[in-house]
Amino acid sequence: MTELGLRLAVSFVQILAEMSIVMFTVAVMTLAERKVLGWMQDRMGPMEVGPYGILQPLADGVKLFFKEDIVPAGANKAMFALAPMLTMVVSMIGFAVIPFGPDMTLDIGGLTIKPFVVADINIGILYILAIASIGAYGIILGGWSSNSKYSLLGGLRSAAQVISYELNVGLAIVGVLLLSGSLSLVEITEAQAGGFWHWFVWGARPDGFFPIHTQVFAFVVFVIAGVAETNRIPFDLPEAESELVAGFFTEYSGMKFAFFVSAEYASMVLVSCVAAALFLGGWNAPYPGTIFEYIGFQQLAWIEHIVWFAAKVYFFLFMFIWLRATLPRLRYDQLMRFGWKVLLPIALANIIITALTVYFFPRG
Amino acid sequence: MEQAFFFYFAFVIAATSVLVVALRNPIYSTLALLVMFFHVAGLYVTLHAEFLAAVQIIVYAGAILVLYLFVVMLLNLKQDVRYHRQWPMAAAVGATLVIEAIILTAMKGSTTPAAATDTETAIGGAGNTEAIGDVLYTTYLFPFEVASLILLVAMIGAIVLAKKDIGEREA
Repeated sequence: MTELGLRLAVSFVQILAEMSIVMFTVAVMTLAERKVLGWMQDRMGPMEVGPYGILQPLADGVKLFFKEDIVPAGANKAMFALAPMLTMVVSMIGFAVIPFGPDMTLDIGGLTIKPFVVADINIGILYILAIASIGAYGIILGGWSSNSKYSLLGGLRSAAQVISYELNVGLAIVGVLLLSGSLSLVEITEAQAGGFWHWFVWGARPDGFFPIHTQVFAFVVFVIAGVAETNRIPFDLPEAESELVAGFFTEYSGMKFAFFVSAEYASMVLVSCVAAALFLGGWNAPYPGTIFEYIGFQQLAWIEHIVWFAAKVYFFLFMFIWLRATLPRLRYDQLMRFGWKVLLPIALANIIITALTVYFFPRG
Repeated sequence: MEQAFFFYFAFVIAATSVLVVALRNPIYSTLALLVMFFHVAGLYVTLHAEFLAAVQIIVYAGAILVLYLFVVMLLNLKQDVRYHRQWPMAAAVGATLVIEAIILTAMKGSTTPAAATDTETAIGGAGNTEAIGDVLYTTYLFPFEVASLILLVAMIGAIVLAKKDIGEREA
C-alpha cells in the first residue's frame, strides 16, 4: 500500500508540474498572440501593464476572475456550467502521454519513474486521438445549452468541422506509425534520434541520408488539420465574429469564458507538442547526440533535449499566430471541400506510398 | 484492487444504461450513454485490451454519439412520451435478463476459464495492438475482408441515397 501511495504521490507531483508548465505556456500565448499580431501589423500591442506589457496575462486573469458570471435566461444551467469544464479537462489530459524530455528513469524509494512523461502507455497516440474526439462535446454542449441561435450554429459548425478534420489527423499519423512500428510517443520519438535527417518529416533510414520514407505530405496535412481542429483562423468558422458574434461561447462570461479561451490555447499547445514529437523528432537535437555529451556533461544532456523540444513547440505556436495574421477565413463550403477533397486523398495516398516504400526498403 | 475497479465499472455501466432509457430529456440520455462508453473503455483497460479501449472511445464516443447528439439537438425534443406504453415489454425483457444473470452466477465455478489463459499466453510479450493486427491479417483475414466490403457497400449506398434528390432536380 505504501508503494501505491508513493506512486500516486509521484504521479500527482508530475501532473501538477506539467499542468503548471502548460498553463504558463497558455499565459505566454495570450500575450504573444497580441504582441506578435501587433508587430506584424506595425503597432505595439499591449504596453500599459508592466514593462512592454509583459504582465498583461496577469491583468487579464484578474479581470476575468472578478467579472460577473451571467447565465442567459432559458439556458440549461447544468449543461451551461458543464461545457467549459469538459472542454478544459479534455484539452489538459492529453498532455499525459507527451514526452517533454528524454526517456530517462529515476529511482525514488524503489520506484522507477520517468520524469519527463506522466504516463508512457503503449497506445499513446491513440489516446491523444480519443481525447481530441471528445473535445467536440464541450463545444456542442456549450452551443446548445446557451439557448441562443448564434451559439447553436457555432456549436454545430464546430462539430462538423472537428469530425471532418479529425479523420485527416488520424490518417496523417498512420505513415509515422508505419515507420516507427509503435503507438507510444516515447518510442516514436526515440526512432528519430541521430540528426534531423532521421526525423520522420525527412525520413532517412537509420543507416543513410536519402529521404526515402519522407512524411512531408503527412506533415503538411497534419498541421493544416491541426489548425482546423483547434478552431483557429483560417478555420475559425465556429466562432466567426462577423457572422456568429463569437460562435459557441457568445453567451459565456467571466471564468467560464476564460475556461473556453484557455482550453483553446491549451489544445494549440497539445497539437504543437504532438506535431513536434511525431514529425520533428521530439526532444532530439537536429545533430547526432548532444553538445553537453561532447563536452563531458552527460548527466546534463536532458536540459538540451528539453530546450530543443520547447523550441519546436514554440515554432508551431508562432506559426499559429503567423497564420492568423496572414490568412483570411474560409467560407464554410470551402472548408468542407478542402478537408474531404484535398487533404483526405493526400493523406490516403501518403499511407499507400509509405507502406510500399517501407515494404521494399525496410528500416533495418 | 482489480475487483474493486470491475465492480465500479460494472455498476456505473448498469446504472447509466438504465438512465439512457429512463431519462426524459434526450440530451441527458445521450450524455448518460457517453458516460457508459467511457466506463466500457475502462473495463477494457482492466482486461489489458488498451487498443480496444481507445478504439471504443474514438469510434463510439467520438464519432457516432456526436452525430446522435447532433440529431437530438436539431430535432429539439424537450419532454418525450416515448416509453409510456412499453412497460410490459420492458418488464418481460428485464425479467428474462435477471433470471439469466442468476443462472449464470449460480453456474459460476463449474466452468473453467481455459480460453482466457490461452489467449494471454498467445499474446506473450508483444503489445495487444500487435496481437490484434497479427490475428486480424492471418487467422481472421476472410471475415475482416468481408466486413470491409460490407462497410464499403453501406458507404456507397449512403452516398447514392443522399445524392438521389440532387440528381433528380438537375435532370
